[in-house]
This record gives sequence, structure tokens and C-alpha cells, in this order.
Amino acid sequence: MSETAFSPLQNFLRSLLKGSGYLLGLIVLLVVTFLALRVPPMVGLAKIWEGAIGSKDDGYWYPITETLLKTIPLVLTGLSVVVSWRAGLFSIGAEGQLTIGIVVATAIAKVGGHLPGSLLCLLMILGSMGAGAFWGLLAGWLRIRRNVQEVISTIMLNYIALQILAWVVEGPLQEATHVKPQSDPIPTVALLPRILPPTLTDGMQTRLHLGIVFAVLAVVIVAVYLFRTPSGFALRLIGQNPEAAKLARLNADRVRLQAIAISGALCGLAGVIELLGVTGTLYRDFSPGWGYTAIPVALLGGLHPAGTALSALFFGGLTSGTSNLARFTQGVSSVLVYVIQGAAVLAVVGARAWKNRKAGTETT
Amino acid sequence: MIDTLAALHGTITLATPLLLAAIGETVVQKSGVVNVGLEGLMLVGAFSAVLAVTASASLPLGLVAAAVCSGLLALLFAVFSVRLAANQVVVGVVMNLLALGLTGTLYRARFGETGTFVKTPTLSPLLFGQNALTLLALISVPLLWVWFYKTRAGLITRACGEQPVATEAGGINVLRVRTLCVLFGGMMAGLAGASLSIGTAGTFIENMTEGRGFIALAIVTSGRWSAVGCLVAALVFGGVEQLQFIGQAQGWRLPYQLFLALPYVVTLMILVLGGKTGQAPAALGKPYRRA
Repeated sequence: MSETAFSPLQNFLRSLLKGSGYLLGLIVLLVVTFLALRVPPMVGLAKIWEGAIGSKDDGYWYPITETLLKTIPLVLTGLSVVVSWRAGLFSIGAEGQLTIGIVVATAIAKVGGHLPGSLLCLLMILGSMGAGAFWGLLAGWLRIRRNVQEVISTIMLNYIALQILAWVVEGPLQEATHVKPQSDPIPTVALLPRILPPTLTDGMQTRLHLGIVFAVLAVVIVAVYLFRTPSGFALRLIGQNPEAAKLARLNADRVRLQAIAISGALCGLAGVIELLGVTGTLYRDFSPGWGYTAIPVALLGGLHPAGTALSALFFGGLTSGTSNLARFTQGVSSVLVYVIQGAAVLAVVGARAWKNRKAGTETT
Repeated sequence: MIDTLAALHGTITLATPLLLAAIGETVVQKSGVVNVGLEGLMLVGAFSAVLAVTASASLPLGLVAAAVCSGLLALLFAVFSVRLAANQVVVGVVMNLLALGLTGTLYRARFGETGTFVKTPTLSPLLFGQNALTLLALISVPLLWVWFYKTRAGLITRACGEQPVATEAGGINVLRVRTLCVLFGGMMAGLAGASLSIGTAGTFIENMTEGRGFIALAIVTSGRWSAVGCLVAALVFGGVEQLQFIGQAQGWRLPYQLFLALPYVVTLMILVLGGKTGQAPAALGKPYRRA
């Protein structure tokens, strides 16, 4: 790691330079994509800017809080990828872990609807995290005991979780009238409160909720865990250099199971926070693919918690920006985000591989 | 009564895309590369076939377009994972995201927002009621075996996946062989995608592959990197998918989501039972760098 060779200030400046380099590259990428889709680039960029950050005419509070709102699940799922990939487990199971989490959380809400609000909220959060961790552990167990590649098993578990969700919203968890494929509303008392009163935001009603605090805390906790605790060190060593970890007599299996359990719990948290903070009901296609977007988010963030938070913010802005763009410009859909993600990550992966092309190290 | 002949026919039809993709991936993996981007390559194949057929009204041109476009994307994969020796799994995962985004964006740009339905003609039956792609998939099973074990090119490919350093020392360009294998795997995945869109469905739907690329990966592993193994495993999965139609016809009182989840459950179960296999190519997944 070259990081240790520099002073903290130099490190900060270096990452600032790198970050702005990426940002510039991404803007160029956006312009090229616009040209390819025959959208005037300046119009496209302006619409994305207005959707993500705001404009003088329509104010800034609403777009900025919407960007933060879309950032929350991306931060949490992104962190889950950081933890599992750092341990050398290339899990793509975030989507399934999130899905199984919200199914369990909704089941808890159905059974415990009479409980006091804060208790129910807590139980739902714990239940969702536990279910996500369990779904992750399944893939971890398959890898460790049966040598099943986690890349395949996590995808299979994703599709199974999606079918379970599709079944419960038409079956045991369907709303009382049995018409729509969705659950009853979660009891209002359990929902996460909104944190910005309209008096503070020029009278604008915003949707930003307490989940943002959870997301910030999670970034700090994961960072401390990975870089300031012995088990975090063991996790990174096993991912980076399994041979050295073996020499150090680390129990790689146990550390990896721990990593994928934490990773699954973070996804469960991401899902339940969205359920309690934004939607208030469970339905099919609950997640617009946060679990998959999490991978570019984490990779662009250099598989580092702080970097992941920044790149989640960037993708959060891009998501609200492109949905604004889609409202005004025909034919350019929000799926554009995926193209940007893929191309951006390829650039990062390619740049890193190019740098290490002669070295004997495995690169991610 | 279950109509056995119809069920068998349906099974082979459903197994076709899996078999085509798995045959291609077997060649890729035998050369020492894992292409997890199979799903994305199939999706691009499915889409470009529909695009070409709607533009030209020619089905053969659709097949060519599918093979070419997926082949190009596979070459992009090869640049990163073979030439630049980046982590193959990471690049593959990114390829999938890129393909999902590309096909989705282009589909909406070309055919309007989702909801509009594109209709294309489908490949007509050639022989025994099966279309050209199914026949190609079936013929490629013995061809692959002969190629692997009776030709020099097949031997070189296997050597690249077992002992790349020794093979390079023997005067073979390992990176070129692997790149060519990835290209072949990409073209087969493209045809696999085309067999979903212009082969049976007669349309394109966003993310219409629904994990079949990953099931094909599981087929390669559980088929023990052999052509016949791929055929058997692909037929098993085709049969499992066929179950839902049988279930519907028989009026089984089970939630339909159970049938939709079944192929994925079976994939996991087969991988669990297959367990720790020793037949994997020795250098599988390890990037090769010239000294």
C-alpha cells in the first residue's frame, strides 16, 4: 500500500486530485453518451444538474434532499460490497440480502403491529439485518464447505429472494383487501421521522429521514472496523494475501463468514431503512437494483468506506439527475445510469490493471 | 396426461440457450479464463438480434448481428481481463452491468419507453421441429469433443488453461489463444441470447436473460468442463423450466413463484452436490502475465 508513505495532508491532496480526475472523466463520458444519443450535451448536463442539485428558479432544498435520499441505500449496499470484496469474496448478493431483509421486516410488522412504535421499529431493523446476514451466510457456507463460487450462488440466491418477495406480497403478507400485490402499510408509529421541518427549508416539504444518520454512522463504523480493529485487519489480509494470512495462522473460513454476515446485515439495513423511511409498504420490484449498483459504487470508491460514501453521493445525484432528464428529454432513460456506471468502473479497473500490469499482484 | 413428446420438445427448446452459452464458456474456461459476463453477453445478443431483424426483416442477419455484437463486447472483456490481467470476476460483473444498461437505454431510445411491444418473426423449424440454433447447439456437443481431444488447436487451448507458462515456453502466444477463446465464447453467448429473443419469444424484454447466463456458468462447472456434461446439465435445467408449464397444464395448486424459483434452487443444489471438483483447469481464473 502506497498510502503509508505519505503524510495525511499529501494523502488528502492526492485523493482530491484523483477524485477530480474521475469527476472530469465522468463528465466527458456523459457528454459523449449524450452526443451518441443525439441529445444536446449542454441541455443534458443542465437537466442533470437541476435534478441533482437544483436551480435558482425551483430552489435547492428539494433536489439536494432527494439526492441524499437516493444516496442512503447506495451507501449501505456499497459498504456491504466493500466488506465482502475486501475479504476476497466477490459477492453480488446484495440485492437478494436486501430483499430477504425487507420481507422479514414486513412479516415482523404484520405480527407485531400492536407493539409500541420505537420497539417495533427496532425489531424490524434487527430482523432485517439478521435475515440479510443469514442470506449472506448461505453463500458463505456454500463457498467454504462446498467450494461453490459465490459469484454464481449469490446470483441464484438473488433470484430466489425475488421470487419469495413476489410470493409473499400475493400471499401471506398481502394487504387486507387482497387486490394489489403489496403489503399493508407499516404502522405509522414505527416509521422513521423526517428530519427537516418545512420552516427550515423555505417551506418546502422534503422527504429526508433519519436514515441518513444511520448511513453516516455505518460509514464511520465500517471504516473503524476495517482499519482500526484486529478482525478488520485479518479480513483485509485474507482478501489481499491469503498466503500471508495462512502463515499468520488466521482462520480464513471464520473471517470470511464474518465478512459476508456483516455484508448481508448492511444490505438488510439498507432495505429496512428504505421501507421505514420512504415507501412504508412492501411491494414487488421494491429495489430498483441498489444491490447491483452497489458494486460500481464501491469500486469507484476504491473499496474504501469514505470513498464509497462519496461515490454513493455521486450516483445518488446522477440518479435523481437522470430521472429529471428523462422527464424532459425523450428516449434518454434513467437506465443511462448503468452505462455510466459500467464505463466508469471499466476505466477505473483498467487504469489500475494498467498500473500493475507487470507486477505479480492480483488486482481488483 | 402429460404429453411426453411435447414436454421433451419444450425441454430441448428451453435448454438451447443454456447449452449454446455453456459450450462457448467451456472453451473459455478450458483456456484458463472465467467470463462471468456471460449474462451480459447473452443480453446483448438477444437485443442486437431483435434490432437487426426489425431493421432488415432478415432472420439470418439477426443471428449474424448477435454473434458480432456479443463478440465485440467479449473482446472488450478480453482487453481488460486477458491483456491487462485485471481480476476476471470484477471485469465480468462490470460487463453485466454495462450490458444491462446499454440494452435498456438503446431499447428505449429505439422502441420508445417500456410498455411498447416489439414483434419480430421467429426462426422456423428446420428438422424434427427444432430451429437452426437448437440444431447448432446439439451438433456442437460432439464437435467440441472432437476439437478438444483430436485437434492440435484443442490441445493448445487446454494447455493454456493447465500450464500457461510452459505453453508460452513452447512457443505459443497464450494471450492470443485466450483472447480468441473469449471471442468464441462471446459469439456463442450472442447466439444463445438470439435464441431467446428471435428464436422463441419473438421480442425483446429488458433483462430478458433473467440469470440464464449464470445458470450456464453453473452448467459448465457441474458438467465438469466436458461437452457431454454440458448437454446433460442443460437438459436437466430445460426440464426444470419446463415443469412450470406442465404444472400449469395439470392444474397443480402451488404458487407459480415456486416454479419460477425452481431453476435457481436446482442450480444451487447441483453445485452443492457437485462439490469440490478436481477437474477444473489448473490455471482457471488466474491472469497470465508475460515475464
